[in-house]
Amino acid sequence: MSKEENGTRDPPLSPSAVTSRLVIIGGVVFASALAFAYVGGWLSPDRLTPTRMVAALSDRGGNPLGHRRNHSKGICFTGVFEANGAASKYSIAPMLVSGSYPVVGRFAIAVGNPDASDIMGRVKSMAVRIVSPNGQEWRSGMNNSPVFVVSNPRDFYELTRAQDIDPAFGKPDPGAIKRFSATHPDSAPFIEWSQTASWTTSWADQAYNSLNAFRFIDAAGASHLVRWSMEPAVSPTPVPHEALASMGPDFLEHDLVRRLSEGPLTWHLMVTFAEPGDPSNDATKAWPSDRKRVDVGTLTVRKGEAEADGPCRDLNYDPTILPSGIAVSDDPLLAARSAAYAKSFDLRTAEAADYPYSPRPAGGRP
Amino acid sequence: MRTKRDCFSGPQRVLHWLMAIMVLAMLFIGVSMVSTLKPRFLILISIHKPLGIAILALAVLRLGVRLRLGAPALPSDLPRTQALAAKLSHFVLYALLLAMPLVGWGMLSAGGYPVVLYGSLHLPAILPHDDQLHATLLTTHMVLAYMFFATILLHVAAALFHALIRRDGVFRAMAGIGSRDQ
Repeated sequence: MSKEENGTRDPPLSPSAVTSRLVIIGGVVFASALAFAYVGGWLSPDRLTPTRMVAALSDRGGNPLGHRRNHSKGICFTGVFEANGAASKYSIAPMLVSGSYPVVGRFAIAVGNPDASDIMGRVKSMAVRIVSPNGQEWRSGMNNSPVFVVSNPRDFYELTRAQDIDPAFGKPDPGAIKRFSATHPDSAPFIEWSQTASWTTSWADQAYNSLNAFRFIDAAGASHLVRWSMEPAVSPTPVPHEALASMGPDFLEHDLVRRLSEGPLTWHLMVTFAEPGDPSNDATKAWPSDRKRVDVGTLTVRKGEAEADGPCRDLNYDPTILPSGIAVSDDPLLAARSAAYAKSFDLRTAEAADYPYSPRPAGGRP
Repeated sequence: MRTKRDCFSGPQRVLHWLMAIMVLAMLFIGVSMVSTLKPRFLILISIHKPLGIAILALAVLRLGVRLRLGAPALPSDLPRTQALAAKLSHFVLYALLLAMPLVGWGMLSAGGYPVVLYGSLHLPAILPHDDQLHATLLTTHMVLAYMFFATILLHVAAALFHALIRRDGVFRAMAGIGSRDQ
């Protein structure tokens, strides 16, 4: 029974007591709202949020609406990953068990402008989604550089801002990049690679590296620190950078279509195992070249498809989408990639009108 | 059926307070994870998904219990507008408890994401992989989250109003403590 029904209602509150109790209630509500705002970052305008990161990536020329905000120009592919079982000793991942698993992937160049010329593609990339029969997924985005350019998201933001289009020139201020590299010695190995590595006219002849470290978890629960690379069967054919200028803006796509019309392309998935002391949290540093490497399977690329209607278009190649048996390391770039890729995906899926599917007279999209 | 009780039943009070903690944690995890690039992002999102599904399961259970056991009657002297506001806000809270996890699950499905709970344990897609659908559900998930937090603030303010100012037994019906007549 409630008190008033028992006739034992508390004595009435004085007006000042009512006021002070209302103030307490208001205080509780206000403090809760404030805590929510603090946690959500509204009180910390300097916080590097996915929104700010992706806004910076979107400011590098062209019109990225509807497209990925980085590696914006690319082409889909489908194929198969055939595991040879050699990795099963180190990881319980179902797609590393000897067998054949479907792959939806994407080749791209690391630019912010989806209409950029392929000559801008110093960094080329391969993304894959490998699916196991029980529905687990391994997604990976890999670059052809042996190391990444920065070790943490804050530096990546500054580097991206240094590539903003300067309205005075209509292109990035070259001084901004120079200032960045002068103040970020960690970037030296990447910069050296970007200035000395040979150029080629193909996605097919490149090795693609995970850059970040991951952990393989074996059946006993032991963890093995690894990086991986897709090593091409095709050997690279270097060409002078100047020669690319006469090849038109889409030479990479033309090359891929031509090669696939002649037959499938293959890569070996090579897993490198760290030794004690090899950095797990710094993608700017290569591991020594004598580390154990294991060939764990073959990726066969069978078919390329334009991205606009292709199967990779609406996939987010978040490198933290991993099967059991593979886990993230403590590399701070992994969380940042996951958060920023999600933001980019959220934006572009809402911008389909800016990147229309090809009209299909009957039956709709496949 | 409604029974003539002045307190919610034990299971209802346990479900209420347990879910209160879970839902508040969920909302704070949600706004935190979408605003950071730091390593906590991965930890927060790995909690967000299984916690959301746990809330969905408990919400179904709780709705069943509520329909079966009902709720204590509101005080007879409560103004009609306040009684109506109480009923409406409780309806909204139940709807959000069920809708938020379903919208989140549907959003991941439409985005082509695997819905991983823990390790190899994952849920099937409940909607087709479709970018427009993903975009719509994402907006819905965000708007409902802010609505949810605002409704909870109103609910807390009303509960404290009953506890501190009206002192009419409504707060005690759920708190189940401090009752002199038990």
